[in-house]
Amino acid sequence: MTTTVIPLATYRNDSPYPFCPGCGHSTILDRLDEAMVMAQIDPTQVVIVSDIGCAGLSDQYFATNAFHGLHGRSVTYAGGIKLANPNLTVVVIMGDGGTGIGGTHLISAARRNIGITVLVLNNLNFGMTGGQHSTTTPEGALTSTTPEGNLETPLDICATVGVNGAAFTYRGTSFDDDLAKRIAEGIATPGFALLDIWELCTAYFVRTNRFSRRGIEQTMQELGFTPGVHHRRDVAEYADRYRAAHAGDAAKAPSGRRAIPTEFGSALRDPFTLVVAGSAGAKVRSAARLVGEAAIRSGLWVTQSDDYPVTVKSGHSVSTLVLSPEPVPLAGTAVPDALVVLSADGLAKARPMLAHMREGGAVLLVPGLGDVTTPARVEIVDLESGDVPIGKASRALATLAAAVKRLGLFPVEALRGAAGEGPFAERNLEAIDAGLRAFS
Amino acid sequence: MVMREYTDGNSAVVRGALAAGCDFFAGYPITPASGILMAMMRELPRTGGVAIQGEDEIASIGMCIGATLAGSRAMTATSGPGISLYSENIGLAVMGEVPLVIVDVQRLGPATGGATTVSQGDVQFVRWGTAGGYPIIALAPTNVVECFSFTARAFHLAERFRCPVFVLTDKALAMTLTTVDLDAYPSIEAVQRPTATVGAPYRYEPADAVSPLRLYGEGEVVRFTGSTHDESAFITKRPPTVGALNRHLAAKIDGHVDEIESVALDLEPGADTLLLGYGVTAGAVHQAVATTRADGDKLSSMIVHSLWPVPETSLTAALEGITRIVVPELNLGLYRREVERLAGTRTVLGVNRIDGELISAADILEVAA
Repeated sequence: MTTTVIPLATYRNDSPYPFCPGCGHSTILDRLDEAMVMAQIDPTQVVIVSDIGCAGLSDQYFATNAFHGLHGRSVTYAGGIKLANPNLTVVVIMGDGGTGIGGTHLISAARRNIGITVLVLNNLNFGMTGGQHSTTTPEGALTSTTPEGNLETPLDICATVGVNGAAFTYRGTSFDDDLAKRIAEGIATPGFALLDIWELCTAYFVRTNRFSRRGIEQTMQELGFTPGVHHRRDVAEYADRYRAAHAGDAAKAPSGRRAIPTEFGSALRDPFTLVVAGSAGAKVRSAARLVGEAAIRSGLWVTQSDDYPVTVKSGHSVSTLVLSPEPVPLAGTAVPDALVVLSADGLAKARPMLAHMREGGAVLLVPGLGDVTTPARVEIVDLESGDVPIGKASRALATLAAAVKRLGLFPVEALRGAAGEGPFAERNLEAIDAGLRAFS
Repeated sequence: MVMREYTDGNSAVVRGALAAGCDFFAGYPITPASGILMAMMRELPRTGGVAIQGEDEIASIGMCIGATLAGSRAMTATSGPGISLYSENIGLAVMGEVPLVIVDVQRLGPATGGATTVSQGDVQFVRWGTAGGYPIIALAPTNVVECFSFTARAFHLAERFRCPVFVLTDKALAMTLTTVDLDAYPSIEAVQRPTATVGAPYRYEPADAVSPLRLYGEGEVVRFTGSTHDESAFITKRPPTVGALNRHLAAKIDGHVDEIESVALDLEPGADTLLLGYGVTAGAVHQAVATTRADGDKLSSMIVHSLWPVPETSLTAALEGITRIVVPELNLGLYRREVERLAGTRTVLGVNRIDGELISAADILEVAA
């Protein structure tokens, strides 16, 4: 067992770098080492998260914690690490390839200002896989996949994350004298920090484009990609903000379990299927839910499956309730014993059921839906016949209250009991009473 | 007075996870799994945990993997399209030996398919959904109470075997409101995580051993990787090491199937037909058995709770005296092939729906009677 000395004289381990002669990776990693020495951080509290490609090998040369994951996703692992343990210093090392495949993660980490430092080892092409063009390859540059010159506009990484909220951005090169200092500044930044560090890929880009240190400087100038610090913002780090925003949550009650007392009785002896068919946005599901809870209050076992299109406040909304004196597992639904139709959308969806209903079944319709053909008994529920007008948001529940009374499955008091809880209790109880009056 | 509740599978999954000690969740909105995301956003910060909506599914599972190694007990939830995007990171969790619970609330596929439509189309997908073909553990609850208890069990298995564990539900289980006796929920013990503060993060000898999890920031520095690696997580191509690593990934699960295997048997002496169901189709299986026995006929059933690895010991034992097996599924027979593999000369029949409707007892008895 080794004893950790804090701070270390070096954060490198004994392994020599594996990179090509002249490759900028070795220099940049040396600067990262110096930056960590400057920052005097406990190596056991540092996680280096590497991406893929030659830059993805980088984590293996440090005496810190490390994670080597998938291409482009390094920022996501780093974010999870930081969120779970905000005390850790998290440094991501990725190539320019990672900024393409993982672009959305970079933007999102910047927007959140998650407290990680991203070093982009930007050598303007894919080195490990054969010199293909990347998101940062300059227009016109020759690569193995742009033999006539690159036709794409290169990504301005600093501008992209900067415009999306990053706390610190810096563009430089592996040759910069102050690179270690800049990396240390990134590490010291509470929010999201990114350093776009241009360098030479001696295996490919240098060869195919006769590229050099001077070429880097010229290209930056031509593109208007100025070197230096581009963003320095005093913003709070996301994991800290998250914890601050939820500081009062411990006092909140869990929203999960809502106990329903089985205080009433029901004469129901066999499973009974009640289908409620109306329009989306008309509180069909919540009204059906109150009927279900009322049935549970009456000692019945209830399942409620809701069917609706992928749209939100248009089209049908159909709730199928199975009420039974014994537990009924979820299985293919039977023909409805009762069908309550609240709107034309509902009727369109429920119409195929009508012909299959039994003679003893019941169809309850709101007025104005036209004729229906079914062996079941058909009744109109006219809420307008009551003395008090019923608001749109209350009509589904009012109609269902009338249906509950007419079908006699369980006491109406159980529905009042179910409706008498929660923030909408008053409105719901009014709706029930209005429905009962209209259909007395 | 008996107290009950009116709740759904998604809520039960959340409560099972919390009972097991889940303290990190990341997910991306998708029907029919969004209820889990929204509930976690409410519940986790209340108990000191973290829940976050990722920018996509890839980020969501990625953040879960990172959070686990920094000390969290993580879960994510999605549906088939999201599992497609999880695929590469599922492999990373397998290779990196990262405990993780993944809930797949199945909907009808392929592609966008039917967002609000029930299906069991992912049973083979979760098994073979990442490169390499390594063993996967998947549990399939059949009701709300099992959504609670199986999710908690998934956390225990994820820690025991240091791997991703799937909980496979579906739109009907997840979103149908169901009546549950409050007394029906089993008590859950918070998951115990074996950890160490020193030593290599991986161990391949003996092949089936699972080394305790090392965590960032706790003890000596530690490395994790998704590349082929030695026991200290340094990349290697050395054949003896790579072979030992990959055999270990298989052996730690394949060598301990008895710890995972879980089925519910209802065998009737003298019955020659076995109904074999899983997930939401278990309801229709139970109804078909009850109807048949009420008519004075014999019928056996087996509900598979641990879909992967296939519970071969239980299944083989249940087949004694059986000449015919009927497998109802909300797909075109995806799990039936696992039964056929073990059925010998017995007849294996499917009852299959892929139209968004649940299978009924009558559908089963049409084939099984």
